[in-house]
Parts: sequence; C-alpha cells; structure tokens
Amino acid sequence: MSSLIPTTDRWLSEARLASDGTLRTEEMVLNIGPQHPATHGVLRVVVTLDGERIVEATPVVGYMHRGHEKLFEQRDFRQITNLCSRMDWLSGLNNEIPAALAVERLMGLEVPRRATYLRVIIAETNRILNHLMFTGSFGLELGATTPVMYAFREREMLQKAMEMATGGRLHFGFIRPGGLKEDVPRGWVDTTLKGIRQLQRAIPDYEELLVGNEIFKARTVGVGILDPDLALEYGVSGPLLRGSGIPYDVRKAEPYLNYDEFDFDIPVGPHGDSFDRYWVLIQEMRESAKIVEQALMGLPSGSHIGQVPKRLTIPKGAIWAKAENPLGELGYYIISDGEAKPYRMKARTPSFNNISVVPHMLRGAYVPDMVAILGSMFFVVGDIDR
Amino acid sequence: MIAEALSNSYVQLGLKMSVLLILLPATLVLGWVELKIGAHMQARLGPMYPGGFHGWAQTLADGIKFVLKENIIPKNVDKAVFSMVPYVTMLGAALSFVVIPAGRNLVIEDLEVGVFYVLAASSVGVIGILMAGWASANKYSLLGALRAAAQLIAYELPLVLAVAAVAMMAGSLSLIDIVESQKQIEIAGFYIPFLPFQIVGFFVFLTAATAELTRPPFDMPVAEAELITGAFTEYTGIRFAFSVFAAEYIAMIGLAALGATLFLGGYAPPHRALDFVPGIVWLIAKTVTILFLLIWVRWTYPRLREDQLQKFAWKFLIPLSLVNILATGALKLTPWI
Repeated sequence: MSSLIPTTDRWLSEARLASDGTLRTEEMVLNIGPQHPATHGVLRVVVTLDGERIVEATPVVGYMHRGHEKLFEQRDFRQITNLCSRMDWLSGLNNEIPAALAVERLMGLEVPRRATYLRVIIAETNRILNHLMFTGSFGLELGATTPVMYAFREREMLQKAMEMATGGRLHFGFIRPGGLKEDVPRGWVDTTLKGIRQLQRAIPDYEELLVGNEIFKARTVGVGILDPDLALEYGVSGPLLRGSGIPYDVRKAEPYLNYDEFDFDIPVGPHGDSFDRYWVLIQEMRESAKIVEQALMGLPSGSHIGQVPKRLTIPKGAIWAKAENPLGELGYYIISDGEAKPYRMKARTPSFNNISVVPHMLRGAYVPDMVAILGSMFFVVGDIDR
Repeated sequence: MIAEALSNSYVQLGLKMSVLLILLPATLVLGWVELKIGAHMQARLGPMYPGGFHGWAQTLADGIKFVLKENIIPKNVDKAVFSMVPYVTMLGAALSFVVIPAGRNLVIEDLEVGVFYVLAASSVGVIGILMAGWASANKYSLLGALRAAAQLIAYELPLVLAVAAVAMMAGSLSLIDIVESQKQIEIAGFYIPFLPFQIVGFFVFLTAATAELTRPPFDMPVAEAELITGAFTEYTGIRFAFSVFAAEYIAMIGLAALGATLFLGGYAPPHRALDFVPGIVWLIAKTVTILFLLIWVRWTYPRLREDQLQKFAWKFLIPLSLVNILATGALKLTPWI
C-alpha cells in the first residue's frame, strides 16, 4: 500500500512529533494571485498561513504596469486626458478631470459654466457606476451572487446616459482642456434623471439584501479594522479613509469644479471595519445621486467649451492638481518646459496608497476574512500599477 | 416465465441498479432548473439558446463539453487516490437512494435501519473531498478538504438529532414505516405528515443538509472567491463534472428525497381520495419542493466562515434539536395524540 501512495507516505514520515510531544505544525506560504478572483485582476498577495490564520501578507504589485507616466511624456495635452482614463478603468472620466484642471490652471483657460456643470454630472454618474460595481462584487466575493446582478441592472440605465453623452461605455474621453468634447444630445437630461431615480429606488433594496443580512454582518462587522492614524500615515484616501471615521473628501476640503455650490454630505463610518466601508460606499451613491439631481436642475445653457487655442502650449512651470476619484484622492504633478508635451507627469493614484496598508489589515485575519478585507478595500489593479 | 425471470436474484439486482441510472439525467434536469431559477431571481434570463425552448439542452451541452475536455492529471498528484475521487463522491451521493421508498413496495431495499443507513451513506462523500484535497498536492485543495472535514463535525450531529426526533415520532428506523405512520393521523381525509409537529426539526434538517451538500451559505470548502473550488481545484473534464456537479446534484436530490420522506410524508398522498395516484408522483413533488427551498437559499445568502458555522451548529442547532427531541418525547407521552 505504501508504494501505491508515495506522497502520502512521505508526508507522514515528515510529520514527526516535536520534543514536547505535540504535533509539529508548520507555517505555509500561499500565493494568492496574480490570477485569483479575490484580487480583482492581477494583484498578487503572498500570505504566510498558520492553519487558516494569516501570519504575514505582502502585496506584490507591478503585473499590470503599462508605463503610463512615460507615455504621458510622448503625448500632447488633449491626448493625455484620453490616456488617463485607462488607469482606473472603472472611473475613467474622474481620471480625466484633474488632468484637464492642471492644464487649465497653468494656461489660465476659462471654462464655461455649462461645461463645469456637465463635468460634475458626468463625474458623479461615473462615481455611481464605480460604486455599483464594487457594492455588487463585494457581495459576490462573500458568496452572495445576486447583488452583483441587481447592481448591473441599475448600472445599465446610467451606462446608457453616459453612452448618449460621450459615446463610450468604459473609456469616455469626454473631457478636454477648456471644456468638453461636445455638448450633450437632446433627451440626455431625461435619461440621466430616469437612471438616477431608478437608482434611488434601488438603493434600499441593496441595503436590505446585504446590510440587513445577519450572515453579511457576521462576515464583515469587526473584520479588517483600519486604524485612522495608520490610514493617515499611509496616505489612504477615499471610501477606505472615510470608513475609518475621517471625513476627508477633496470635493469638500478643496472644492474644484463647482462642488461648493451643491448640497451634499460626506458619509463616515465610525468603526473602520469592512461593514463600515461598504456602508460608506452605498451612502456615497445616495449623495452622488443628490448632486446629479441638483446639477441637472440648475444646468445653465451656453457653450460646452471655452476659447482654447488650436495648439495647447503650456507655459513653463509646474502644477499639482487633484480631484476626488471614486476610490480616493487622485492627483497629477505636471512639469512643463514650454513644449506641447509635458516634461514630466507624475500620477498619484488612490489605489496604490490604499493597498499599501494590506499587510497591516491582513495580519491575524482568517483566509475568508482576507476576501472580505480585500473586497472592501475597493482597488483597481490598473490604478495601482499604471 | 416472466415471473420466473424476475425472481432471479441477478435480474433483480440489475433492475435495482437501473433505478440508479435515472439519477444522471435527473442531475442534468436539476442543473438546468437551478440555472433558470437562479437567473430569474437575479433578474436575468439564464440559458436561452441551446436546444431551442429556454435553453433546455444547456446542461446536456455542458455535460458533452466535460466529456470532450482533456482530462489533466497534474505531475505531482497521488494518481491512484486522485482518480478514485469521482467514484467515491458519486458512490456516497447515490447510495442513499437504496432505501428511499417511492411506494409501499417500490423500494430497492427496505432496511430495518434505513434512517441510520442513509445518514451514514450520505457522509461518504466527505471522504471523497478529503481524498481530493490530500491527493491534489495543492495548497488550496488541502485547505478546502480540511474545511470539509471540519464542517462534518458541525453538521452531522444536528442532522442526526433532527432525524432522531422523526424516528421517535414513527417509532421505527425503517423509512417505509416512517411514511406509513404519517398516514395514521387523518383530518377530514387529509393525511397529516410530521411537518407540523417537527417544524423545528425540519428547519434543523434543512440547515444541516445544506451544510452537508456544501452549498451556500455553507459552501466554505468549495468557496470560489477564496479557495477556487477548494478540494477540486486540480480536477478537469469528466472527473470534475462527476466529482463536483453530478455528486452535488445527486446528493442534493437524495437529501431532499430523505427530507420529503421524513417530514412531508414521502409517497403518501395528501388526501385519502388521491390514493389511486402512484406514490412516486407524490415523492417527486415533495422532493422538488425541498429542492426549490435549497436553490432559493443558495441564490440569496452570502457565505459564512468556518468558525462561524461551528459556533452556529454547536451553540444553536444542537441545543435546538435537543430541545426538539425533548418536546417530541413529551408529545409522544401526551395521551390525546
């Protein structure tokens, strides 16, 4: 029999008893990723396991590095806004905004009021799309397959509105320095409003389906607590930071576009666990819907783009522009040497800073908790690696 | 002539075995039904194309795909154990049908200890999962298999205790006797099954059965999002189809049929006037009801954690079923029943 099953035999001989009579146990190194459903793509986490408990976890990034910052140096500023949307593919439009803002500030371009309003509406719609994706997929990771389907149903309505305005469903390429690519078509306001209303009706459903569910609470409450001080040390931002009780949001802290004209709140989770982060995400959808409603009601008429020269030449200098990406604070540092292309453009993406706290959050958690923690950290791998 | 042939024990054995052949097509039907029910619960359509009408041939096409796929055996696996797994899981799933009666005389083998046998047989599948996890030489598989073993400790006791209360009600371990005793209580011609008396037991049974089947919310051993189908990560093609899908669905039908027999009156019709309808019709109808409950739960809840299942089982299900047994005993001693 022993010759039949050689591996079993070998393992048995290795499992010797330790000197004090207890069974010798070993830690096991488990490679999670780069291909693993919990890592949303190609993040790799090397975890050391003691049974099912995680002793140590190290995220390994770089599997999707596409050299965006170098590519920026080869493109003029209209092309750069399009390239930006490829970093965080779930919220492409929000990536374009700070790039356009930087150029506008350096060149002193005037942006028409209508363009600013439309930017806010589309950016917030994009934020809702992103949040719906994460609320849905978080349920999927915990084993509930239904929320993601409901989320996609609501996404479809808003996706339609986005497609009407921009022509794209994922990479919109709609923002231009000085305004927008084109004006929105007829009927777009109604379509967007319809989508927002449908979402507002659906949000209580999501809350009932997961937030009120005992199993969901058992899996998320008290799991993956992120200490606010630690979060600040690592430069964590976005829903992850707000879930830990710090009400920092660029839209309120340093308003850009015309966010200061709208009435909205910053939802904050008190405990900093997975449940709070998920709850913050759902509440943020509510607030975004509120902003879109207000902006649609007050949408002024006028031009969609200001006076922009044919050739965008930025004066010499450097600028830092940031905005609230759905996943956190997104900023670009642009150094211009007076050419049509930037001399250097550095992107500060939220996901990169956010996942740097992974080792602290995973230590001591169980393997199933890892899924709940990573799922509630809301990162996009393209945004980490750029 | 025919009677003589039928009395031959080999012919009888062959006939009995052929009953088990129904299980594979039943798997395909159940798989399709689950796809459709799940889809409609999630506001989707589910399969619509294969075969024409509402994609009825979807699972058939899946089955053919599994047969045609390359059957990969990784280099470092324990080959003998690895390839034995589908047989063990299938066997564990199929054995329980031996004692489930579809009519007063329509049963493969009426064992005196039928309940005991069916509970023992349905646990064999876990050995298959353990073998798969051990032989695969894969860390994910090992974690999944150990979770399955740990899960066994959680669900097996409540399952037995829930069934014990039913055996107390009937005063017998034979499944036919259990069904017959559910025809004893009649109100205006309606047979009253054990369900109204054993509603707690039924809940415990369903919960434990879900855990035994490793279906959500207790699918930790095969959790796709963390362990990537756990013990069966390394399986492909027909081996995967048999050890995961066929075994799961057959075990599911088996436990649902057991639940129908124990709590819903099995082959007994709901009313005296319907006695002429063959018992198998009622058994199938009741089994399908329980199957629907299992499918419904699957598409609704997220997954628990292994330690939370242990807590749930030992701190809630087991005390609950002990109280249930106590109440059943009290019920049996009450003179007016």
